[in-house]
Amino acid sequence: MTTRIDSRFAELAREGRAALVTFIMGGDPDLETTLALLKALPAAGADVIELGMPFTDPMADGPAIQAAGLRALATHTTLAKVLKLAAEFRKADTATPLILMGYYNPIYVYGVPRFLTDAKAAGVDGVIVVDLPPEEDSELCLPAQEAGLAFIRLATPTTDDARLPTVLAHTAGFVYYVSITGITGAATPDYSKVAAAVARLKRHTALPVAVGFGVKNAENAAAIAKVADGVVVGSALVDALRKSLDANGHATAGSVAAVTDLVREIAAGVRSAAHQPA
Amino acid sequence: MKLENPNSFRTGPDERGHFGIFGGRFVAETLMPLILDLERHYEAAKKDPAFHAELNNLLTHYVGRPSPLYFAERLTEYLGGAKIYFKREELNHTGAHKINNVLGQILLARRMGKTRIIAETGAGQHGVATATACARFGLECIVYMGAVDVERQKPNVFRMNMLGAKVVPVQSGARTLKDAMNEALRDWVTNVEDTFYCIGTAAGPHPYPAMVRDFQCIIGEETRKQMLAAEGRLPDSLFACIGGGSNAIGLFHPFLDDRQIEIYGVEAAGYGLDKAHAASLAGGRPGVLHGNRTYLLMDADGQIEEGHSISAGLDYPGIGPEHSWLKETGRVTYLSATDDEALAAFQLCARQEGIIPALEPAHALARVIEIAPTKPREHLLVVNISGRGDKDIFTVAEHLGGM
Ligand SMILES: Cc1ncc(COP(=O)(O)O)c(C=O)c1O
Repeated sequence: MTTRIDSRFAELAREGRAALVTFIMGGDPDLETTLALLKALPAAGADVIELGMPFTDPMADGPAIQAAGLRALATHTTLAKVLKLAAEFRKADTATPLILMGYYNPIYVYGVPRFLTDAKAAGVDGVIVVDLPPEEDSELCLPAQEAGLAFIRLATPTTDDARLPTVLAHTAGFVYYVSITGITGAATPDYSKVAAAVARLKRHTALPVAVGFGVKNAENAAAIAKVADGVVVGSALVDALRKSLDANGHATAGSVAAVTDLVREIAAGVRSAAHQPA
Repeated sequence: MKLENPNSFRTGPDERGHFGIFGGRFVAETLMPLILDLERHYEAAKKDPAFHAELNNLLTHYVGRPSPLYFAERLTEYLGGAKIYFKREELNHTGAHKINNVLGQILLARRMGKTRIIAETGAGQHGVATATACARFGLECIVYMGAVDVERQKPNVFRMNMLGAKVVPVQSGARTLKDAMNEALRDWVTNVEDTFYCIGTAAGPHPYPAMVRDFQCIIGEETRKQMLAAEGRLPDSLFACIGGGSNAIGLFHPFLDDRQIEIYGVEAAGYGLDKAHAASLAGGRPGVLHGNRTYLLMDADGQIEEGHSISAGLDYPGIGPEHSWLKETGRVTYLSATDDEALAAFQLCARQEGIIPALEPAHALARVIEIAPTKPREHLLVVNISGRGDKDIFTVAEHLGGM
């Protein structure tokens, strides 16, 4: 089955450039702003969109994404409302891959079968669930596969060659390589190591490899776009949004532009890179 | 939901770390290789007599084990029913049962060549125990503690500092124990190379719930022997308080297959089960947090809620997964006690026995006070006094109006 994710990566490979994968938190700081952002992101240069499902206890996220989740929860964002956002976005854009990203508990409480049905109906293409390793594949990964949703797995520097086949076994869409051991928004990776890591992954999978964590600007993005099939940026966008909010944490007239301006800049970085993944 | 009654209640978890539907390993990929490595090392250590010899030596000469099984004669007379025994974990070095588990984990960390130890703490008891063991072995120690708890539990913060540990006040979330655990997990994800995460209760990803339980089982094993020596037979009922559930599972586990024994776990009912409380089994539902599936306090959308208890050691919104399973199998009866009931039990214990218990075991005592009088005089009851109340005197004084 070819999905929007597969087609998008194939298309960009033909164009000879890496994909820009952008993360924003659903409901940060409110649902209207997120919808406006979702609609504006593709034109600003986002090739794939990750939409965060807020959670009170995001154990692998740094301060920027933690705070974004709390802002979203403070305006009563729920998983059901994030799924509605996805459906709204899909009405206007039938091409851009949309991936939900978050933690397992809200999905578990919503009910896995109901979540998969509703996500599929909303036009969601894939899910990333940070706290579901392959050891817990039967929870969501295998049902998602059956429902035709890509379960995108994270691989990390601690995932050694012996473990990689386990991690990659049921991964679909692309592999998300976390270039540092650490939380989101932390240190910038050592780019020389990223190339080697992507090459290592490519020896185990035919899937595209997108690299994330630590991308803050056009220059970081270009360095990764040179060696990977995709560049993921999240905390930097979430931070740009935060800085645009007023003293009460409400969106302002400049909020959408604050994010899209940075996306445009980073997209230019991605497009400037001579693409030569291993 | 009642699960099927197994042949033995002591065989769990299965090889994937599950107790029925509970437990498991729900962590970020960065941590998975470490957790698998920890499991391998723990399995090897379990089979190594040298590991047990070193641990037992420390438990005897450093911790002061075995802790006595004390016949609480005045309390027994006062209540006029069951014969009440205290398992005196509050006499342990550092003042609580936490040290039993910490020493086991620190010896394991040494075997694994880890040089940096991190821990989370609520009331500070686990933090103090970890800081103590790290000082004893010359290991770097970082303790994450919610900023609110740092304020509430100053004496333990001082103690940790004196022991050479670094206490990091956690500013995220509600700034209590749950957030301290998130922050410790974030540290671990970042410093995987040299760092060992010493978890303070029988929760977290597999193998922690089983490992912490195993280290705490010394409580129940000693109780068996001591009761046989004192009374020539096993006890009729067991009581322990439950935060994450480590002191309780340590007492209960060696008795789980003696089906005639009544076992009671007591959660914190805070202001009341219809108000703010920390009773995950009584007021929560199964969910996934901090690496395991277990009963959790949460809203309709799966967002985790804060627990409330007068006792900073009990206000965790979850519970160890084995307790969730023992609840659903019906083997253990889970009750709760409010802040006020714990305070009353605290005073009664102090006045009747000259023992100032921590507010945590005061919750277990509150249910003992209610149930003991309904039992015949030959009924042998054991309550785990998991810690001493020195750390709580300011909290209690505040509630009882100065003193
Ligand atoms: C004295 C004492 N008892 C009990 C607890 C609760 O923990 P657990 O349920 O793991 O025994 C604590 C936690 O800080 C404690 O200090």
